[in-house]
Amino acid sequence: MSFDPGVWLAAFLTLCIFSFLYKDNPFYKFAEHLSVGISAGYGLVIYIRVTFIPIFIDPLSRGQWHMVPGTLGIFLLIFPALIGILLFSRFSRKWAYIARYPIAVIWGIGTGAAIPLALQNFIVRQLQATIVPITFSSWQDLGSLFIAVGVACGLIYFFFSKEHKGVFGGMATAGIWILMIGFGSTFGFTVMARVSLLIGRVIFLMKDWLGIIG
Amino acid sequence: MKRQLPIAITFVCAFILTLQYFIPHRSFEIMYEVSNIWLQIIGIFALSMGILSIILVHYDKIKFKKENWGFSVVLLASLFGMTTVGLIDTESGPVFVWLYNNILAPISATLFALLAFFIASAAYRAFRARTVIATILLLASIIVMMGRVPIGSIISFGVFPKLADILINYPNVAAKRAIFMGVGMGAAATALKVMLGIERSYMGSD
Repeated sequence: MSFDPGVWLAAFLTLCIFSFLYKDNPFYKFAEHLSVGISAGYGLVIYIRVTFIPIFIDPLSRGQWHMVPGTLGIFLLIFPALIGILLFSRFSRKWAYIARYPIAVIWGIGTGAAIPLALQNFIVRQLQATIVPITFSSWQDLGSLFIAVGVACGLIYFFFSKEHKGVFGGMATAGIWILMIGFGSTFGFTVMARVSLLIGRVIFLMKDWLGIIG
Repeated sequence: MKRQLPIAITFVCAFILTLQYFIPHRSFEIMYEVSNIWLQIIGIFALSMGILSIILVHYDKIKFKKENWGFSVVLLASLFGMTTVGLIDTESGPVFVWLYNNILAPISATLFALLAFFIASAAYRAFRARTVIATILLLASIIVMMGRVPIGSIISFGVFPKLADILINYPNVAAKRAIFMGVGMGAAATALKVMLGIERSYMGSD
């Protein structure tokens, strides 16, 4: 059995979470609230130390920003902070609408960056990987053909502007079969990942805490 | 001012950011990088606001002794404790790392491990082979699961692992690509709606 207080604490919290399998109880609630508090604090500290200080505080204290030199650079650094402070107007009933301005900046930058990236990563690159030369010189080519047909059938299933009838309907049916195999495989993977985590926790309790297994 | 200005700001930011992708000039690259840093700087205030919101909600529960207010004390104490330790210590300091390793890591791992039980009960309900597609889903998941454990290989004389590989490398890839393309089109269309001011839910109500 371990004499490390850290291991005892981790084991206690592990059992607190597992107690939810019986029913919701104060031990589970304790661990849950502890987890929320610790992870919020952890996230805040990591964000401040890894992001905020290097990209905001350090350039300000040096008086220059490597991205844009001179006074303009410092202004461009302070400006988003001023916008960010406007978010706190959300706590005032009267001035809550002012928080929309920083949110608009976040959404604007986010959507502006998302449009080309979504098209590039999710459509163009997927098409590039799907439409490949097929020479039937190896089994790999047969697989590539299967993937190309499968992708077409899957997309047809998602296309609702035409009624799923005849050849189109047949391809849509094949599409849903392909999608179901995909979902089944993903589900199988997810189950195995969760079971693997469960085994990890049981090994922690049996080996690191109780020392029952070697 | 209350609704039109945010829409205009969103449009201008989104339009410039979309445009920069198609203009391979150094100044536009700098603009892209600067805008990313802007997002991160605004992000710290957004995160602070979220944490302040948690504090206010739980302070309220403690102040008025609402149901389960004791757990709010635990939450606030752990939040302040972890933040204080992280700011006094460093992010790789011994106390901060000890708290992470012995509190956050085991709770997170156990919460995900707990899902193994719930996923099993969900699977029982979802996988009852009532239709052809439910049967396909069931078979695919069983083959993948059995193909990933030693006993699956032993009882099938090595067939399950091979079948699992085929399923993962071909039909699964085809399904994922079809879904990715749908996601890409959906994401681009939604982003375009936000940019043009058609989608305004992010502004909340007046």
